[in-house]
Amino acid sequence: MNYQWNWGVFFETIPSGDVTYLTWIIHGLGWTVAISLCAWIIALSLGSIVGTLRTAQHRGLALIGHAWVEFFRNVPILLQLFLWFFVVPELLPHDLSMWVKQDMPAKEFITSVLALGLFTSARVAEQVRAGIQSLSRGQRNAGLALGFTQTQTYRYVLLPMAFRIIIPPLTSEFMNAFKNSGVAYAVGVWEMVFVSRQMVEETGGQVIESLIVPTVLYIICSYAANLLMGVIERRSHVPGFIVAK
Amino acid sequence: MFSNFDFSVIPPSLPYIWQGLVFSFRLTVTAMLGGIIIGTLLALARLSGGKALGFAAKTYVDLMRSVPLLMMILWFFLLAPFFMKITPETSALITFTLFQAAFYSEIMRAGIQSIPRGQINAGFAIGMSYWQTMGNVVLPQAFRNMVPVLLTQTFILFQDTSLVYAIGATDLLKAADNTGKLYGRTVEMYIFVSLIYFAICFSLSMFVKYMNKRIAIIR
Repeated sequence: MNYQWNWGVFFETIPSGDVTYLTWIIHGLGWTVAISLCAWIIALSLGSIVGTLRTAQHRGLALIGHAWVEFFRNVPILLQLFLWFFVVPELLPHDLSMWVKQDMPAKEFITSVLALGLFTSARVAEQVRAGIQSLSRGQRNAGLALGFTQTQTYRYVLLPMAFRIIIPPLTSEFMNAFKNSGVAYAVGVWEMVFVSRQMVEETGGQVIESLIVPTVLYIICSYAANLLMGVIERRSHVPGFIVAK
Repeated sequence: MFSNFDFSVIPPSLPYIWQGLVFSFRLTVTAMLGGIIIGTLLALARLSGGKALGFAAKTYVDLMRSVPLLMMILWFFLLAPFFMKITPETSALITFTLFQAAFYSEIMRAGIQSIPRGQINAGFAIGMSYWQTMGNVVLPQAFRNMVPVLLTQTFILFQDTSLVYAIGATDLLKAADNTGKLYGRTVEMYIFVSLIYFAICFSLSMFVKYMNKRIAIIR
């Protein structure tokens, strides 16, 4: 093995600008976090709605929820990103299509967030559904017997319980979204995977130095998110249910 | 809506796409079999009670689980040339097997732990060693209980094979990408492979559901 170590590389400036490689990686981390969080907001809100629909008494609504999940779950995230980035603009009306292709600001970022958010929403929906179905039938009936409407039963009885039960699987879905955000490199968002690939090329093959910092940052972020969710899980745990220590 | 689309590029590119699909399958099956074997060993190492062995296995599993697969693919592909000559395809096969082992090991660990402690003691009581008890009593049941979960992981693995795009290995997605660029018709090719992925993944998830029901009845 004839590897030339050069740990000083982080403080050299990148060829295309006036920042150091270290600053560049930190910017990459910023994009990674931004994509994951924005996508998570979409995933959590849409996923909750779709997951709830799947348990609805109304056949049609349940079918819509089911179709949504199957549609977004069965195509790989990287390909879904390509579909949003390259294919969807072709399907839009002409003027809108031209605007998206030429003038849309932060196109790469927005498409990545949308693709990752919708992909994750299908998985969140499955967890929400599982959470609602894990509650005993009596809870729904009790809500209805009190004179609540269907919507009120979900709002005040079923969902508050379901969400507290599914915090652990939701945590791992967030982790997945965070790790999946790396695919955004493929449409040119300067997040951590993109930065590390560029750095390997531009430093002429400082592979270990280029990859180690993003890798460690990924590990630290995962660990931090895990700790945070652990706290939330303990704070919101339902008395009488088993909670992880 | 599809007026300016030209789907006639699909038939001539089918043989190449087929090659890509075969590689995707090969990668999935290799990583699944290798991953389950190594993963089971990792799970046994963690449950064996040996401190150093257990710690090493736990560290490996936690590390793999907290780093994106995409980063792992890059690590291996970019570092390997310092030691040996390697094609993107071989690199992908090795990375996926090692990476998936961590995920399968967590599944197997859950499977092993779902077997009542009494069975292990019973194995010891009739004079079997740790490895004999595991091999003859615990693992066969653990595997059977975990079949649906192992298949779900394989479903995720199959979708993740598309990430080898990053190192230029020719899987289904990359094959479609290449032919699309050759004919200047990437949009059509992306739609076409989406349908292929959808068909395969949908059937696989139906199969998982079917297995889930079967297993549930046996218990």
